[in-house]
Amino acid sequence: MPTLRALLASLAFLLAGGAVFSAATDQFQAFTTEAARRLAVQRHPVEIPAAGLQTQSGAHIQLSDFRGKWLVIDFIYTRCPSYCIALGGEFAQLQDRLAGPIAQGKVQLLSISFDPDHDIPSQLAAYLAHSRDRDRGRGWLAARPIDPDGLAQIKRAFGVTVIADGLGGYTHNAAIHLVDPRGRLVGIFDLGDPGPVAQVVLQRLGR
Amino acid sequence: MHLRHPGRFAALALLVLLAPPLRHALESSMTAQMLLQLPLLIGVGSLLAQALPAPGLARIARWNHLGISGLVLASVASAFWMLPRTLDASVIEPLVAAAKYLSLPLLVGLPFALSWPRMSFIVRGVFLLEFIATFFRLGWLYLISPERLCNLYLLGDQQRLGRYMLVIGSVLFLGVAGKLVWGRFELPARPTFPPSEG
Repeated sequence: MPTLRALLASLAFLLAGGAVFSAATDQFQAFTTEAARRLAVQRHPVEIPAAGLQTQSGAHIQLSDFRGKWLVIDFIYTRCPSYCIALGGEFAQLQDRLAGPIAQGKVQLLSISFDPDHDIPSQLAAYLAHSRDRDRGRGWLAARPIDPDGLAQIKRAFGVTVIADGLGGYTHNAAIHLVDPRGRLVGIFDLGDPGPVAQVVLQRLGR
Repeated sequence: MHLRHPGRFAALALLVLLAPPLRHALESSMTAQMLLQLPLLIGVGSLLAQALPAPGLARIARWNHLGISGLVLASVASAFWMLPRTLDASVIEPLVAAAKYLSLPLLVGLPFALSWPRMSFIVRGVFLLEFIATFFRLGWLYLISPERLCNLYLLGDQQRLGRYMLVIGSVLFLGVAGKLVWGRFELPARPTFPPSEG
């Protein structure tokens, strides 16, 4: 019965392979690292670290200082020619859409630089000024991690991967990150459309 | 390739591929990882087929009629390392890296080397067709995907890999077509039916 034996062995390999594939792709839902990290925070919100930051005004704060507010975070570096300009535009739109809750202190926008050596407070201030074509008021900070360890902690918790682009800049998995008032990362959203982010925040705030 | 000590040579080759500078170079781009590192690891495993003792070979052969089981195992295991997620993770996570360095030789290279000589003309044909088609499918995907599939690699790298894979697929296709038209075929001896009375 050599044919039957080969059939049995093949079936066993296929079943084992299917099980391994299923486990490695979150039941065939996530085939890329990016999809995986988004699915993971949806299922199990991630506690964000209390890393020290320096804002565009030079003030020292902690990431944990924003507890009690909805926190919308993106990652930037101010020398960025493409993505970060787009992200800046999106955050400006979010400032408009969430103007109400921002004014009430319920929402905070935060851009964190992963290039802290270059992005000193004056650079961060210039980035914000460049992105706000008019003064939309407060509620949007830009900041850099104070020490490399803090930056590593933040990158790990958020699942941000930064690689050199070979042109002196960086490429990173750019997205908009939502942290709830308990300090947990609960959602990661695509660039290109700030609508869903604003919607989720307004929904959670009961509007 | 027949070696005097295939097992030792394979172990040495694996250690060389594990050496940090070489491993780093092979994983520095998506192109190098998929077109150099993965095939080299599979090649290391194929050497092990010559190192197996005869009784072991016979036992495996009983379960590997026409090389089908080994081909299925090699296909499933190699497909696993074509997931962008596992490619990313194998660079960063030591456990996944270990899985890659062990499974490609043992679950892809070795079973394939044991199975190829047993495959019939039809099975070889189906395998080659699928193998070539995979180069075209993935090459096309990498070339046109506007998104980076791996967080660790650049879009330009992904597109270059796509171009290379389309070229490799074309060359393989021409090679197979040429062999079909002009080639000679050595196939495993087949039992005659009905069995000849000796």
